[in-house]
Amino acid sequence: MGCGVTKSTQLQLKPCNRGNISVPAATAMRAALLIQRWYRQYVARLEMRRRCTWNIFQSIEYSGQQDHIKLYNFFGYLMDHFSSANSQRNLVSHMFGDSDLFLDMEWERHVCYKEIEVPDIYTGPHLFFPLTISNVTELVDAFKNKQKLHARYVLQLLGKTWTLLRLMPNISHVCTCKHKEITICGDLHGHLEDLLLIFYKNGFPSAETPYVFNGDFVDRGKESIEILLVLFAFLLLYPHDVHLNRGNHEDHIVNLRYGFTKEVLGKYQVHGKMILKLLQKIFSWLPLATVIDQKVLILHGGISDKTDLNVIAKLERHRFVSALRPLKRRGASARQKDAALEPDGDDELSAGRRRVQSLTHGTPLRFRPEFPRHSVHSESGRTGRSVEQELRERRRLAGLSLSSDSDPAQVLETDADEWKQIVDVLWSDPMSQNGCVPNEVRGGGCYWGPDVSQEVLDRHKLQMLIRSHECKQEGYEFCHNGRVLTIFSASNYYDVGSNRGAYIRLGPDLIPHFKQFQSSRSTRELTLRQSVGRTELSALQALRMQLFTHKSALIHEFQEYDPQCTGVISVKHWAAAVEKVLRLGLPWRVLRSQLVTSSTQDGQGTLDYHHWVNQLSVIQPSTEIANTSLLETLYKHHSNLESIFRMIDTDHSGLISFEEFRQTWKLLSSHLQMDISDKAISDLAESIDFNKDGSIDINEFMEAFRLVEHSRAETEAPPSPE
Amino acid sequence: MADKFNAESIITETQKRISNAFDVFDHECNKTVDVREIGTIIRSLGCFPSEAELHDIIAELEDEEPTGFVRYEKFLPTMTKILLERKFRPITEDLLLQAFKVLDQQKNGHLEPEELTKYLTQEGESFTQEEIDEMLSAAVDPDKNAILYKDFVSMMTFDDTR
Repeated sequence: MGCGVTKSTQLQLKPCNRGNISVPAATAMRAALLIQRWYRQYVARLEMRRRCTWNIFQSIEYSGQQDHIKLYNFFGYLMDHFSSANSQRNLVSHMFGDSDLFLDMEWERHVCYKEIEVPDIYTGPHLFFPLTISNVTELVDAFKNKQKLHARYVLQLLGKTWTLLRLMPNISHVCTCKHKEITICGDLHGHLEDLLLIFYKNGFPSAETPYVFNGDFVDRGKESIEILLVLFAFLLLYPHDVHLNRGNHEDHIVNLRYGFTKEVLGKYQVHGKMILKLLQKIFSWLPLATVIDQKVLILHGGISDKTDLNVIAKLERHRFVSALRPLKRRGASARQKDAALEPDGDDELSAGRRRVQSLTHGTPLRFRPEFPRHSVHSESGRTGRSVEQELRERRRLAGLSLSSDSDPAQVLETDADEWKQIVDVLWSDPMSQNGCVPNEVRGGGCYWGPDVSQEVLDRHKLQMLIRSHECKQEGYEFCHNGRVLTIFSASNYYDVGSNRGAYIRLGPDLIPHFKQFQSSRSTRELTLRQSVGRTELSALQALRMQLFTHKSALIHEFQEYDPQCTGVISVKHWAAAVEKVLRLGLPWRVLRSQLVTSSTQDGQGTLDYHHWVNQLSVIQPSTEIANTSLLETLYKHHSNLESIFRMIDTDHSGLISFEEFRQTWKLLSSHLQMDISDKAISDLAESIDFNKDGSIDINEFMEAFRLVEHSRAETEAPPSPE
Repeated sequence: MADKFNAESIITETQKRISNAFDVFDHECNKTVDVREIGTIIRSLGCFPSEAELHDIIAELEDEEPTGFVRYEKFLPTMTKILLERKFRPITEDLLLQAFKVLDQQKNGHLEPEELTKYLTQEGESFTQEEIDEMLSAAVDPDKNAILYKDFVSMMTFDDTR
């Protein structure tokens, strides 16, 4: 007992911590080794789970994005190939014309904010122009307290922002001036809490604390308008020290689907329309990039092998109101042949995740790039050839869709080039292989490789590219030998606990320093295990919903493997069928046991698929919709439906007539090449008219789906911690 | 005949597991993973190698000219062998408990955070600050500011059986 007694006299003894007792060194070492070995394995297993969960979220996210673009391309197709006698075309034609956008110079006349009175009972913040720092601080505090800025002030602020932005060049040049540190933030996506956290940790923008915000301020999160107002307020206060880059979500077409349009219309019922119109202009006037010390390039998405900052600097950026469509050109004759076309990909897809093979290494035929996402085929079933070929052709053109034939303007090649420059900047993602291929996953922009980074950066004598656009678990990530850095500032993007946000401090040495954060106290106190568990549950739920919406197709596929109708198939076949229908490229066999709570396995690697599918049931039809397969289809396409509703609802009233509802449905069914009888649609429309007043409230309609998603979440609350 | 069939199906099953685990980190879907993820992949397949053992495996897996990536065609045979030979077997709950007990000289059923930190960051294959912080956040009972290792071990190993 006590110090000094060991088995072997050569061993060093540890100093005594407490009393006269110590653990013999060899034993301590062995014990420590064991614990370390065990713990590292434990962490690795958690990491594996986290990574799987991540893949689920990301596949679903990108798949949704791709859907949206396909839908939009479909409208473009309608515009080109149908005359104005076609009612479907007319429904969407307004999106392709900007006759309802007023001229720049006349904004003050159109945006009559002066006539909007601020009532005495209004308790929100007041703005006085020119803004002062205390006024802006007040504004931030007001938002922190969940107050709303009155529409009059919103319009006033936006108008002044627009005036200012018009003076700015496409590419801002910033100098650290030998002593300043610049702060660079990535995507915020309506997460006001994260922005406030950044300001708390890093300080408000000022001459001493300049900021660059790298796009995607809006959509998804619920406080997008507040973020915009705060950023614009600081921009007006410190126009030389606050730099805003446009992101792919600063685009009214994208906003229709991802929540910003809805948020504004919900918060500003009377003036929302006007606010959105003004924002359309503002988004188009946002600068495209920022360069620091002529060495560090900051832009939202990325680059392509064709990226040329000189072209970008000179183009008229405000002409590209939405990056999803090129400028008006003559109709059918204007089918662009883009040199960057990839070879004809297979439409028989296998996996879902990005499959980007190098084009420069002479890979054998069977490793030709496969399109990572399902083509329109899979949604539409057996289709008419010409429509399909059209759409396929258009996808191959990397999102270069054709637009309105109403304007007889000449095709300008420079327009197409300029458009491509912008789309590449806003939508591209890096890949690890060399080369540059169209970004089929998202539907726009490119995937670019390390060789392209090197070439483009060297050509412009730049050191580094900082971009955002992709969510990263740690809030940031390097690639391309450290020459490309992704920065993402919306923490808990997929779900609570899914990721941290980060921002960069960059000094004159141009070496990035990172600060990470995660909003919401409860997440920070969660252990690794708890946060992985929570996000996992949420991902699985999202996945279950995806599966549910494909119920019929799944049953059909299962039956293909079960010709004798025994109701049972092998797990191997089950996994193959699920992948064929969903095309998300996920490890289904591994996920299977987690997707349904009770066991449906017979023991020997087989599965009762009817039972399994029933377990997925998400929707309880809340209305008397007899046609449950129609309901299922509705649910499956509800995001697309909502997008279309909002596109049709030109006066942003939130209401559409029965007739419009029918037209919407017909539009969607042509896009998907489905057959739905008029009667079924009419019946459905009537049953959805909750108010029985002959019109359908879009929000009410979409709410029916959200309620269902919610109630499912409630019945499956995550297990209580520890 | 039946035995052969079983052996084959075991190998196929094993290889399927390896392939699934590998795919999770194969970000570009080109059958390569970053060498830094190999440890995670091997461990997630149920193995408990020490850091030193891991280094040896990696050395074996890397190409003549290390590229920072490991290819599946090399990984599969190596990993199959590891799994079939049951190398790096799991550490049982009992063994783990014993390890903690050994460090608890005073036998009072708990360890002070500083004690454990000292052992784990100075002995064996030392933990990094991040690793010890992470472990303590789960292990330390906030009321007593001590690690009740018996509870900790049962809690963690319960999770392992998921």
